Order: sequence, then C-alpha cells, then structure tokens
Amino acid sequence: MMKQLFPAQHVMGFLFSLLLSLIALVVVWFDLSFTAGITILIVTALVQAGLQLFLFMHVKENAESKTLYLNILYALFVGLVTIFGTLFAMHWGYMVR
Amino acid sequence: MKWDEFFVTGEPMIYAAMVSIVVVSLAIPIALTYFKKWNWLWTNWLTTVDHKKIGVMYILAALLMLFRGGVDALLMRAQTAVPDNGLLDGQHYNEIFTTHGVIMILFMAMPFIIGLMNVVIPLQIGARDVAFPRLNAVSFWLFFAGAMLFNISFVIGGSPDAGWSAYFPLASIEFSPTVGNNYYAIALQIAGIGTLLTGINFLVTILKMRAPGMTLMKMPMFTWSVLITNVIIVFAFPVLTVALALMTLDRQFGTQFFAMQSGGMDMLWANLFWVWGHPEVYIVVLPAFGIYSEIIATFARKNLYGYKSMVVSMVAISLLSFVVWAHHFYTMGHGVMVNSVFSITTMAIAVPTGVKIFNWLFTLRKGKISFTTPMLYSLAFIPIFTIGGVTGVMLAMASADYQYHNTMFLVAHFHYVLIPGTVFAVIAGFHFWFPKVFGFRLNEKLGKLAFWFIIVSFNVTFFPLFILGLNGMTRRMYTYSASTGYGALNMLSMVGAVGLAIGFIILVYNIYWSVRYSPRDTNGDPWDGRSLEWSTHSPVPEYNFAVIPQVNRLDAYWFAKKEGKPLADTVYEPIHMPNNSGLPVIMGALFFFWGFFMVFSWWIPAILSFAVIIALMAYRSFEKDHGHYISVEEIERTENAYRGEQHEN
Repeated sequence: MMKQLFPAQHVMGFLFSLLLSLIALVVVWFDLSFTAGITILIVTALVQAGLQLFLFMHVKENAESKTLYLNILYALFVGLVTIFGTLFAMHWGYMVR
Repeated sequence: MKWDEFFVTGEPMIYAAMVSIVVVSLAIPIALTYFKKWNWLWTNWLTTVDHKKIGVMYILAALLMLFRGGVDALLMRAQTAVPDNGLLDGQHYNEIFTTHGVIMILFMAMPFIIGLMNVVIPLQIGARDVAFPRLNAVSFWLFFAGAMLFNISFVIGGSPDAGWSAYFPLASIEFSPTVGNNYYAIALQIAGIGTLLTGINFLVTILKMRAPGMTLMKMPMFTWSVLITNVIIVFAFPVLTVALALMTLDRQFGTQFFAMQSGGMDMLWANLFWVWGHPEVYIVVLPAFGIYSEIIATFARKNLYGYKSMVVSMVAISLLSFVVWAHHFYTMGHGVMVNSVFSITTMAIAVPTGVKIFNWLFTLRKGKISFTTPMLYSLAFIPIFTIGGVTGVMLAMASADYQYHNTMFLVAHFHYVLIPGTVFAVIAGFHFWFPKVFGFRLNEKLGKLAFWFIIVSFNVTFFPLFILGLNGMTRRMYTYSASTGYGALNMLSMVGAVGLAIGFIILVYNIYWSVRYSPRDTNGDPWDGRSLEWSTHSPVPEYNFAVIPQVNRLDAYWFAKKEGKPLADTVYEPIHMPNNSGLPVIMGALFFFWGFFMVFSWWIPAILSFAVIIALMAYRSFEKDHGHYISVEEIERTENAYRGEQHEN
C-alpha cells in the first residue's frame, strides 16, 4: 500500500535533477577548458529539459500525448532550424567578415 | 522633442489628411450621439465575444486598410508615371512605400484572413464559438490598436521610411532618427501579440471543438489550411516578437544588437526578419488555398480531387516555409554553399504547390461548373498565380537573382503571388460567405463587373513591372530621367492602377447596393454548399447550431442533402454561451496609449499605462464569469422565427 502511494519515480527524478544541477556546477568550481565546460553544460541541460518535460510536466500521462509529442517535435524542428540555420547563413557560410 | 516636430508639417497632402482625420473623428461620435447608437455600438459590437461579429469587425478594418494602402499605391504609381515627376519628394515617397507594404501585409491581408477564419471556422467544424472567446476579442482589439497606432504616424511624428522590411543599419537610430521606425517596432509588436493569441486560439479550437464524428481527415479543406496556418503562426510570430523587441532596444535603449560595433551585426535583423517573414508569406497564402478549395469544389459540383495529397502538400509547405528564408538576401554576403542550400529548398516548395494546382484542375475536370463571382476569382487565380510561382522559381536561382534582386521584377513577382494568392482569395471568400453572415448575396452583375475590372487592371498594372525590372529599373526609386526609357511602361502601370481602384470602388458600391436591394435568402444555403456552415440558418443565430450536427464523412452536409437525412435531430437542450466583456476593448485602448507613449519615449505615462494593463490582467484572473445559458424556449422561439420567415417568402 505504502509502495503504491509513495511517488518513487518522482522522488528519484527530483534527486536526479538535483544531481544534474550539481554536475553543471562543476564547470564553475573547477578550472575546465571551454570545450569541456560547454559540453558538460549542453549534455546536462538536454537531460534536465527532457526530465522536466516527461516526468514533471506530465507529457506521458496526458490523454493526447501523441499530439504533444508532435508539437514538441515541430517546436524542436523550428527552433533548431532557426538557430543552426542562422549560424549557417550568417556565420559559417558568410563571405563578408 | 520639440512641439513643432510633433505634427508632420509642410506637405499640403498631409494637411488634407489631418483635416479629414479630424472631420471623421468628430463625425463618428456626433453621428452616434445624434442617432442614439452608443449603447447599440457598445453592447453589440465593442464588447462582443461572438466569433461572427469579431470576424465582421476584422473584415471591416481590413477593407478600411485596403483603401489606405491602396491610396499609398496610387500615389506611388502617380509619382513614377512620368519621368522627373515632382508630385512627391524622396522622403514622402519612402514613407509611402514603407506604409503601403506594412499595411497591406499586416493590417490588410492578415486581418482579412483572420476575419474569414473567425466567421467560418467554428461554423465549419460545427462548434458554437472558438475555444477562448474572450481571448479572441483581445486579439482583435490588439490588432486594431496596432493598426491605428501605425496609421497615426502619418500625421503625428512622421511615418517609418526604411521599407516594410526595415533593414538595419538604415532603420537604426543613427540613420533614421525620427520616431517613424519606433512606430514600426511598437505597432507591429502590439498587432503581432494579437495574431499570436489568434494562432493559439484557433489551434485549440480546431483540435478540440470539432463536431462529433469529424476526424481530422473529415475536416473541410479550409479548416485544414487554417489549422496548418495557425501552427505556422504559433512558431513563426515569436521570432518577430523577439526581433522587434531587439529593434526597440537598439533604437531607444542604446543596445547594439544590430550595429557593427560591440559584436553586433546589422545583417542579423534581415536574417531574423525573414525567419519570420517567409513563413508569414505562407500564413497569408495557405488559408487562401483553403478558400479556393472550398469554392472550386462547391461550384464544380464535385468533391475535392486528391484530398489527402492536398493535406500532405500543405504540411510539406509548412515545414519547407521555415527553411527558405535566406533567399530574401542572396546578394548580401553569403557564401556559395549557403546560397545553394537555400536555392534548392526554395525550388522544392514549388513541388507541393504544383500538386495543389493540379488537384484544383482535376477537381474542375468534368465538373458542372457554374461561373459565380467567387468561382471567377478562383479560376483567374490559377493561371495568374502560376505566373507568380514560375517567376518565383526564377528568383530562387541564386546566381540569376544577382540580376533580378531589388528590381521591379521582384516587385512584379510578389504582387503576382500575393494578389491572386491572397487578395483574390479573400474577395472570393468575402462573396462566398457574405450570405452566411448577412442573409443575402452580393449582386452578381456588379460582382462580375468588379471582377473584370480588377483582373484586367491587375495585369495591366503589374505585368509591365516585370519588363521594367529586366530593363534595370530598381525598386523604391522615387524618380528617373526620361533617357532611361522607363516612362511608357510606368504610365501603362499607372493606368492599370486606376482601373484597380475603379474595380475596388465597384466592389464597395456592390455592398451598399446589395444591402438595400438584394433579395433575402430563405434557406441558409444559397450556393448549394458542401460543408457544415451551410446547414444552419443565415444570418447565423447567436448559438450557431440549435443542435450540434453529427458528422460521418467528408462533405457530410452535401450527402445529407442528397440522401434527405438531417444531420441532427431536433431535441433542444439549453445552450451554454460566453458573456460579453468590456475588458478587451479597454485593453486595446490601453495598449494603444502605451504604444504611443513608448514611441515618443515618454517613460512615465508608458509605465503607468502598462501597470494598468497588468492590473486588468490580474483582475481577469480572479474574475468569476461562468457565461450564460440560452433556454430551450428561447431556442424554439428563434428557430420558429427562422422557419416562419421562410414560409412567408
């Protein structure tokens, strides 16, 4: 009974998100190279975002999770295209510097 | 700021505009008081949350803006009609082409499309209103506040003059020191928030409020096109919001996002503008495709050919629309790789668009076509839009674009896309759905007369621009010398523009004539329509459908008519409807004042009006408003009245 009532998944998720924040703090605490620091930040940020979205924002439990996934996918597509497309058009592939 | 700079001075045309603005703004309240219509205006229109009335207000505002933008266009054509013309000076010409572009796209095409959406979508999916009726009213009043703010720039402070795309560094405070571009940033911001809210509202409405049995693949094509359009709105408009905020910060708060000093980049504005701007083109064109699909299927008396491929191609267009933006500035410093990639994605858009063109043609094939006014616009759209599309593919080739870029060829191209692709569509939709809203059709004879004026004059106006562009006339030049040889074709274009103006005047006269003399419809289905909006009475009662219809297939109403089975039984239940509210229009007014103070950097009043806006929003959060019920007796009374009218006729 207790086991069913206790939100084990969410507590674990909460601890895990704290852990992820601690790992991200490493970048400030220790003198890391830029590449190492930014890699750690990007990886922990992505895992953190996924954790929040799927565990705490109830995407999975929603009756229409298919629509939500589609929406998230579309948002990712537009977001990534805008960011990397802008970098591509205005920085990497730009003639005039 | 000096007070003598506050009002624009020194131009006879602007003094005339001031006089007319004062006369109109005095005439309206005087007329309202004289005819004792204040209460009627407030309860029936200003505070309404009814999607049909909001739609009508959108369309009225759009028609008003069509004439404002049209006068700008006529002035431009008049100025360039003969070489070395002195009708307008360079500054005035800059202001006019800027406001023409902004008004026609954002304050004419957008509200006209959104107005038709408002009127038609809930009816077409068998709903009683949109998902968030109050929010819908907020959307309208924000759009209206933005539009009015943009329009007063003409007489107070000076209009923006850096083009509708407002490229940096020209639009920066350094090169455009007047308040004109502040108006641009703030007015578009306010209207843009309204549009974003509309996007969310209609997305939820279409996904959540369809009549029982109407699965996604049984939706009418206009509903599909609007669904996809609103997805694009929700994902594209935040980019505009951010870009405009950065513009305001740069111009009024000393930041340097779009300046070359301190690590900023002027071209980043063009980039962000078109990341929004290209999807925006599809936001105004896709609903038009939906309108044409409805009209062509109705007047060819056939179901739409290739329904699935229509849907798939619209989804493809919506994705592709986000990956083509850099083709708007091929010549501004990209490497070969960037231009090649964006060339290919741009040309790829022609494929799904071509699929749609062929679907319309196959729908027409062996159809029993009746040549009504809306159908004529739809038929004219196909070849004219194809010319626009083909010249678009020419422009899409990056290397060739170095020749066409910023010439009149480009101007001709986008008018050939946007006028048949949007303007003809909204006029066709206006004629098509007019009887649904008002209960009588527009006169066909006058409608067709206006059609022929518009269609012929359109080509006379814009086809010469292709040739002028290839001959080297650049866009936005306010005059030229006789030795360039541009004179004759520009004069021809001017003649066409006058013809267009006559066409639009006939269109408006048609509304007046039809209100007075057109015979009233009796059954709510004057065109023998296919989708649910024709199954209810005209003009549509407040609650849209006395009983929500049951849908089992595409064009369910059409088949119900053929089989003689009604879509719904007649057991009435009390209907829950939202209450009217004065808050949206007050919010709109506050946003207008906030915007005005922001434009002139009057911070204290700006902060105060913003605080009131926040307070109103907080008030709304705590407001208890459960709407009201329409009783069964009242429904019966209304329904019987509609039937009674029919028997009398």
